[in-house]
Amino acid sequence: MPAVTDVLLPASPDEAVAAFGDGSGVTVIGGGTIVMPDITAGRIRPARTLLLARAGLAGITHEGSTVTLGAMAPLQGLVDLPAPVGPCAGNVADLEIRLQATVGGNLCSGEGAEAPRGDLQGPLLAVGAQIRSAGSGGITTEPLEDFLGHRRGRLVLDLTYEEPAAGAFAAVDRPHTHAYTTLAVSAARTSDGTIRLAATGAGWWGIRLPSAEAAAADPAAAGAAALKDVKLHDDALASAWYREQALPVLVRRALARLEES
Amino acid sequence: MNLNVNGRTHEIESPPLTTLLDVLREELGVHSPKVGCEQGGCGACTVLVDGAPRRSCLLPVAALDGAEITTVEGLGAAEHLEPVQAAFVHHYAAQCGFCTSGLLMAATAYIANGGTDDREAIAEALGGHVCRCTGYVKIVDAVAAAARGDEFDLSVTAAGLFTTTMSGGAA
Repeated sequence: MPAVTDVLLPASPDEAVAAFGDGSGVTVIGGGTIVMPDITAGRIRPARTLLLARAGLAGITHEGSTVTLGAMAPLQGLVDLPAPVGPCAGNVADLEIRLQATVGGNLCSGEGAEAPRGDLQGPLLAVGAQIRSAGSGGITTEPLEDFLGHRRGRLVLDLTYEEPAAGAFAAVDRPHTHAYTTLAVSAARTSDGTIRLAATGAGWWGIRLPSAEAAAADPAAAGAAALKDVKLHDDALASAWYREQALPVLVRRALARLEES
Repeated sequence: MNLNVNGRTHEIESPPLTTLLDVLREELGVHSPKVGCEQGGCGACTVLVDGAPRRSCLLPVAALDGAEITTVEGLGAAEHLEPVQAAFVHHYAAQCGFCTSGLLMAATAYIANGGTDDREAIAEALGGHVCRCTGYVKIVDAVAAAARGDEFDLSVTAAGLFTTTMSGGAA
């Protein structure tokens, strides 16, 4: 049985921001797919819990080429978006988990001890998403790239990005829907021809691949260059050695798909 | 807070972060959702929440005030099975039965949302459910049959006179 805890159930974004405060001592539950097993198993015993289920942060909107994803938008709501975001969302777990798991939870999930988490970090880095979050210092908007390193203590409100002119996603195939993604590469080409690349599973959270981007005109060289951008590690899914072999392949595939799209 | 479970409203007394699964089983005595992995990985606890299939082990009950929950107890009784339940019987889609409740609810949602007998689509819809007995072929047979609207004479099934064969669209 869960420990006694203050449970806050805000009914609007403003109430959620006020309830979160500076985030001190607050455990946030979005869809629950990551936090609830830890609570049920007694691995965490939150003193103050913020449930976002009714906070009104679940919207997904298109205005022209601008896409806004609310923190509580379910991953299943993203699967029809153009690459790289849509195919990445569709590659997460199974339908029932995607109906429940949220964008905010995916971006803020703690580093998994046994496997990488946060599949969406890669594609949202590739499309240059800006993230709006609350916490100490009030509401701020910043590039997702900057946010990921200090996401503890922040409450995600939404993300915004411009749909790229083209996008692509390439991942190591999963043996089963329940397996976390071992390694994935997302690519986006903006309307001015700039190519952005990012990886999930090549570090504790999603990471841009600037060396590979600089060499993007030559996919083989870009694949090799990507290894300069990452610190690979062993975990339950794959060794660093395996990822070292797979990352250049995925970079090449992502660039090839970008070229085809 | 209140939950409507299978058409009946209950006032819930469990602590707010209790999972829906524990509330159903421990507080309300609704035992068809099974306690499997308790981390969203097996699908044995799947129920319908406002018509959508959800893992009840991952849902804090406080987030569900006023929700309509449907479990196998809300489908057909033994003498009046729902078509999807009859299909599971007829196609021998249950063996030990531990996964069956979750699969029935996922299949119910799949068919209610217009799912067809396309085997690939069924596999995608049920992909989060683990069955260690049947190898899934007969489960997919059953869901495909129910999606087509097949009718069954379960007295024939009970007499062991039916041998299931793979059916449905392209694999």
